[in-house]
Amino acid sequence: MVAVNNREKCLYCGGCVSVCPVMAIELKETQIVIDKDKCINCGACVRVCPVGAMEVKK
Amino acid sequence: MKYDKEWDVIVVGAGPGGSKCAHEFAKRGMKTLVIDKKQEIGAPKRCGEGLSMRWIRITGQKPNPKWALQEIRGAVLISPRGKKVVIDTSKTGQTGYIIERKMWEKELAAEAIRSGAKYMLKANVIDLIKEDDTVKGVVVERDGKEEQYFSKIVIAADGVDSRIARMAGIQTTIPLTECDSGYQYEMANVPIEDPYKMELYFGKEVAPRGYIWVFPKGKDIANVGIGIIGSSEKTAKFYLDRWLENNSRFKDASIIEINAGVIPVCAPIETMVANGLMVIGDAARMINPIHGGGIGSAMEAGIIAAEVGANAIREGDVTRDRLMEYQKRWHEVRGKEFERILKVRKFFEKLSDEQMEIIADAVDPKVLVELGHGKGLATVVKALIKASPSAAKFAMSFLK
Ligand SMILES: Cc1cc2nc3c(=O)[nH]c(=O)nc-3n(C[C@H](O)[C@H](O)[C@H](O)COP(=O)(O)OP(=O)(O)OC[C@H]3O[C@@H](n4cnc5c(N)ncnc54)[C@H](O)[C@@H]3O)c2cc1C
Ligand code: SF4
Ligand code: SF4
Repeated sequence: MVAVNNREKCLYCGGCVSVCPVMAIELKETQIVIDKDKCINCGACVRVCPVGAMEVKK
Repeated sequence: MKYDKEWDVIVVGAGPGGSKCAHEFAKRGMKTLVIDKKQEIGAPKRCGEGLSMRWIRITGQKPNPKWALQEIRGAVLISPRGKKVVIDTSKTGQTGYIIERKMWEKELAAEAIRSGAKYMLKANVIDLIKEDDTVKGVVVERDGKEEQYFSKIVIAADGVDSRIARMAGIQTTIPLTECDSGYQYEMANVPIEDPYKMELYFGKEVAPRGYIWVFPKGKDIANVGIGIIGSSEKTAKFYLDRWLENNSRFKDASIIEINAGVIPVCAPIETMVANGLMVIGDAARMINPIHGGGIGSAMEAGIIAAEVGANAIREGDVTRDRLMEYQKRWHEVRGKEFERILKVRKFFEKLSDEQMEIIADAVDPKVLVELGHGKGLATVVKALIKASPSAAKFAMSFLK
């Protein structure tokens, strides 16, 4: 299970990056990049996203 | 564009904090490079665009109609049941503007450039160069290539999604309950009763632990936004959309821009410096924890960091101990105030909607204004306990 970003919903605000405890997320201008090996599936990014653009998927 | 490899200072982030800091370094004769990953300074904005005069003054700017769109002389606070508390600050001088942030941020950058700073855009800082536990420069991804740039000091002004400080070993992750999830529409054709006042709507159903704002940007344009507790199950977008759909005032209005962002409403980070590095602004979580304004404090921190940093470079000592002067001075000018404001935030988040009504009825609006500066909490607590003795159980502890 890892966090997955939905590009159609995402507004590239970087909010999810600020709550990720393991620095698994990076905002590259208009792209959210998630390091699958680092993600510990904590769900913080899913909760904080203002538009529900993060999901935890299998 | 080609850039020199060696600099006195590299500022990561061309937000208000980074640009003001770069301006102050450049004014002191320091060779300064600002790097931002975005292709346009100021966009997309993560902001309601409210800026008070005291912060405009520290930039040395005069309100310019190009970016100072609407003068603000007060606010209307709307309680959960709809009671309006009108605050007029025109006599106390606590005025401000709703600005066009993109224009204004570019103007800040232009001022830094006129003083000698250089800017590099669409360049992502992906790592720090370190030697003997000291930051010596940055690794940048630009034009599909990796490049290295060296400097005596690196400033982490990289905003809420800061990774630079973490690369230097400083812990900056924000706990979910210590940040707000924010969402906003800029809307046109919004009926505005008094363009000189900001409107703030409170209530657990409206915005859990936060508020909805309507900031007028002229006679019928407004930023309509929301901040809610970061751990909320439903999204900020859900709450704002629901409020707008149930509000006939907005039936003829429509959206011209969509914004989002996370607002740290926590205490600032404990350590703001490392060998060769200083952290400023949102990256250091320097936001007013009650209203979420952070433009001004980011610039203020940038000014202090540049004063300390330029001296440190001249002395040839950029160690953590030397740069610690920045952190000390920041705490002297702003730290205590932010501590008090954090206490105000913690008090308000314990209130039920009924208790909020009691306060709206019982407390002088002048006192409510001061809460944003961390003053007057004792008056509010006492008024609440007087009207609702059962609140004493939790409220008493806030009198200490
Ligand atoms: C919805 C919302 C409403 C708000 N409303 C207000 C308001 O009305 N008034 C107010 O005062 N404040 C408001 N704020 C807060 C305010 O926007 C911030 O406090 C302010 O932008 C902080 O400035 P800064 O310079 O520290 O960071 P930022 O303005 O965030 O700038 C950081 C910059 O760093 C760049 N960057 C990040 N990482 C890298 C990297 N690795 N490499 C290169 N570049 C990088 C980013 O692209 C960005 O341009 C609001 C925030 C939100 C989310
Ligand atoms: S918090 Fe949500 S909208 Fe913002 S960058 Fe992350 S996924 Fe995108
Ligand atoms: S689920 Fe947790 S660890 Fe994974 S990306 Fe989101 S915040 Fe980071």
